[in-house]
Amino acid sequence: MVGNLLTTRQMASFVADGYLRFDALVPDDINHRAIDEMGRLRDERFAGDGLRPPATGTPLEGCYPPPSVIGEYLRLPAVQGIIRSLLGPDPTFDHDWTHHIAAGTTDGQHLHADAIIDSDDPTFDIQLFWFPHEVQPDEGGTRFVPGSHLHRIQPSALDRYQHIAGEERFTGPAGTVLVFHHGLWHAGQPNPGPDDRWMHKIRLNPTQPQVLHWDTADLAELHNDPSDHVFARMQPDSVAHTFRAWHPWHGVTTYRNEQVQRARLWRYLTGDDSYDVDHYLTRLEGRAKLVDR
Amino acid sequence: MTAHQQVLYLWANGSALDSNVVAWAFHDGSDGSVEGLPEVADGKPPYDTGVEALRDGWRLLQSAQLIAPPAGQEHLNAYLDYEFVFERLVDC
Repeated sequence: MVGNLLTTRQMASFVADGYLRFDALVPDDINHRAIDEMGRLRDERFAGDGLRPPATGTPLEGCYPPPSVIGEYLRLPAVQGIIRSLLGPDPTFDHDWTHHIAAGTTDGQHLHADAIIDSDDPTFDIQLFWFPHEVQPDEGGTRFVPGSHLHRIQPSALDRYQHIAGEERFTGPAGTVLVFHHGLWHAGQPNPGPDDRWMHKIRLNPTQPQVLHWDTADLAELHNDPSDHVFARMQPDSVAHTFRAWHPWHGVTTYRNEQVQRARLWRYLTGDDSYDVDHYLTRLEGRAKLVDR
Repeated sequence: MTAHQQVLYLWANGSALDSNVVAWAFHDGSDGSVEGLPEVADGKPPYDTGVEALRDGWRLLQSAQLIAPPAGQEHLNAYLDYEFVFERLVDC
């Protein structure tokens, strides 16, 4: 399993950006057979005797048993390693969906986040977006906003944001998998081209604390001291350095709050309650102790 | 000829009308035969600041109020903070 686990650097990027991208991760042999099964899942989902999704809460290992192309994809060692790194052992199935955008579709979804407004604890689900065929510009690639996942919003309140600086519209080769923090803002896009666009999205829940489940061989090297401060002393290549990523749509206040939220999430993921970037949490916690005496 | 309303939302990275625009939305109440937003490179806002929009004939309808966050939520991000709403009346 270790060979397929994420690195500390990848985990830090996930915390900072809210997603990871794996181009052509799924072999073409599986991709070529996927659309037929995705179509059946779309058409038969609510039929009594067709291809139906697992029940919510099913352990992932029991989802889509053979013969199933979706099951083959979910059981790929690389996919298993991604899921294990982010969710830990024994994740469960939340739901999935076939996202089919027919050729010639000229309207797209409003920007949204899934489910309901988030709790303020740092736990998170992941959503895997699997594109079994190449997606070119203007072919319905998912729109998403890096750095939006830790914002606490009502999902439909994002409708009015037609364009955000730094947003992305997925394009990429067949077999690409995007892995989203469940809070990432996203939307399906128009597909005015001549070919249908297919994508399988699955949401998975953790069942155990998401602490140190990735390949931590590089953790000691990258996990900075809490004193790491952009206006004092910095370790040049560190988790804090990754957390200083400034997304183009973030103003100063948003950026600093974002660093606080990233540090809180990293504390959860590492079990290190003293972790900090740029002294924001440490400063407040140090002063709070003065009045607790 | 009837006056129709065009509405432009600009979200800035600060509370000033000359702060940099980081998000935008446009709703056109005309029949599409009149001027829309200026042509810019893909991914770039139509105006770099709200002041640029004023200079292009847009009228400011509303600025975001500055409201202190509730206690305990000072470090939580949510929506884009600094929203400016403009209108322009066009004949068509």
